[in-house]
Amino acid sequence: MRILDPHIHMTSRTTDDYEAMYAAGVRAVVEPAFWLGQPRTSVGSFLDYFDSLVGWERFRAAQFGIRHHATIALNPKEANDPRCREVLDEIPRYLLKDGVVAVGEVGYDSMTPAEDEVFAAQLQLAREAELPVLVHTPHRDKLAGTRRSLDVVRESGLPAERVLVDHLNETTVALVRDAGAWAGFSIYPDTKMDERRMVALLRDHGLDRMIVNSAADWGRSDPLKTVRTAHAMLDAGFTADDVDQVLWRNPVELYGQSGSLVLDPVPGFVAGEVPAPAEFEGSSVHRGARV
Amino acid sequence: MTSPWLDEARAHVARDPATVARAFARAGRTVGREPRRPDVDPTGVVHGTLDDAARAELVVTLVDAVGAELAAGRLTELYRHGDAAERRGVLRGLDALAARDGLDGLDADSLVSAGVELVQDALRTNDPSLVAAAVGPFGTRYLDQHTWRHAVLKLVFMGVSLDAVAELEDRADAELARMATDFAAERRAAGRPVPPDVDRLLLAAAPAPAASTPHTRSTE
Repeated sequence: MRILDPHIHMTSRTTDDYEAMYAAGVRAVVEPAFWLGQPRTSVGSFLDYFDSLVGWERFRAAQFGIRHHATIALNPKEANDPRCREVLDEIPRYLLKDGVVAVGEVGYDSMTPAEDEVFAAQLQLAREAELPVLVHTPHRDKLAGTRRSLDVVRESGLPAERVLVDHLNETTVALVRDAGAWAGFSIYPDTKMDERRMVALLRDHGLDRMIVNSAADWGRSDPLKTVRTAHAMLDAGFTADDVDQVLWRNPVELYGQSGSLVLDPVPGFVAGEVPAPAEFEGSSVHRGARV
Repeated sequence: MTSPWLDEARAHVARDPATVARAFARAGRTVGREPRRPDVDPTGVVHGTLDDAARAELVVTLVDAVGAELAAGRLTELYRHGDAAERRGVLRGLDALAARDGLDGLDADSLVSAGVELVQDALRTNDPSLVAAAVGPFGTRYLDQHTWRHAVLKLVFMGVSLDAVAELEDRADAELARMATDFAAERRAAGRPVPPDVDRLLLAAAPAPAASTPHTRSTE
């Protein structure tokens, strides 16, 4: 089984997670830039965060045989803070980077005028950079927020096949599929969506343009939810090829449109072997005695 | 290296130096990211990767196009705006410039001091590929002796082959040997293995039969 987790915030996860993910078949991940829990107060802290998404985190993942990619954007929640908004001027240079496979997460949090403006501006950045877009749908007022997001996307002129609308559920899936966009589902321990409901949605709506992610982050979440969904699919009678389509080929097709997806194995990585040590000043990914 | 994309990108940079930022970002996608010498360096950390080599050529083209003085700011921006691979590319470019002796001419002082700052930044990271790229011909030529010794010891810590260090034998000195000896003692006391490169350091630092003074050009 090979898995690309198309939405996971690895910055918030441990090396145990990376090891467990590799062992379960995860070979590539996409980490969207998002809110860190603690609000940022300046452009500088965004730049350090973006740099870590295309730097340290990529290196950390590679130590465990996993190819790490990022999506870059000013997230909807922080779009409301004028101290953060100027980061928009810095985003285009990140969109050129290797391994930056989309603009995201963009979209709505509270559906304010500031969010409207920043969402539309970033859709234009995606157009200019010829990149896909990852659209976050709001936790509150989700149906209205999803509808409005699709309107804004339509007005932007971006082709629907380059748009992934995420965190969907039973009430929002049809809207997104009818618009021709990719439908994303975040499988959580007990909130947004679970494996059993996901299998039912795949049965009802088919496998095309359906994307499953763990969206694991610093909250209560599980980086193996992609794998658990794959097993739930098999238990429900889907074939191994069906699983491969949903958990690998679909996200590869979507993000592959960036031309920046890297899926060849990490050079020099041998499964089951401790990677080449990288240890200094107590802040490497490997600590303690090695033999 | 030969690549039609690289030839074209270099021609663009020669005409319009601002295009280097885009070419730098795209190098991995176009020339590949494989190690240059997979037989002895499967991870590409020690001898670099194909995209490192392409970016190094872009750096040389850029410096020739804008001149050494202006190049200092350009290279600093390429590094500061770069991801880890692009930062490595700047360091490998500095190596290419140092290796062809292009930095000892007039007006290169600002480029050398900017380069030393970037090398020192790379040495503060925990990414072995950046640390390894910081001790090539440029680092060996322009880092002060104290910083250079710590860079070498850091490679041993990280388990990166000392093949990454340019002219190791020329610069290794008694102080580096002492540091290596202390490091080995610390490892033994902890019951941990001593990396074989420690012996290599001790050998390199041993006084040569015809004693030669290591050249130490400080930029301080």
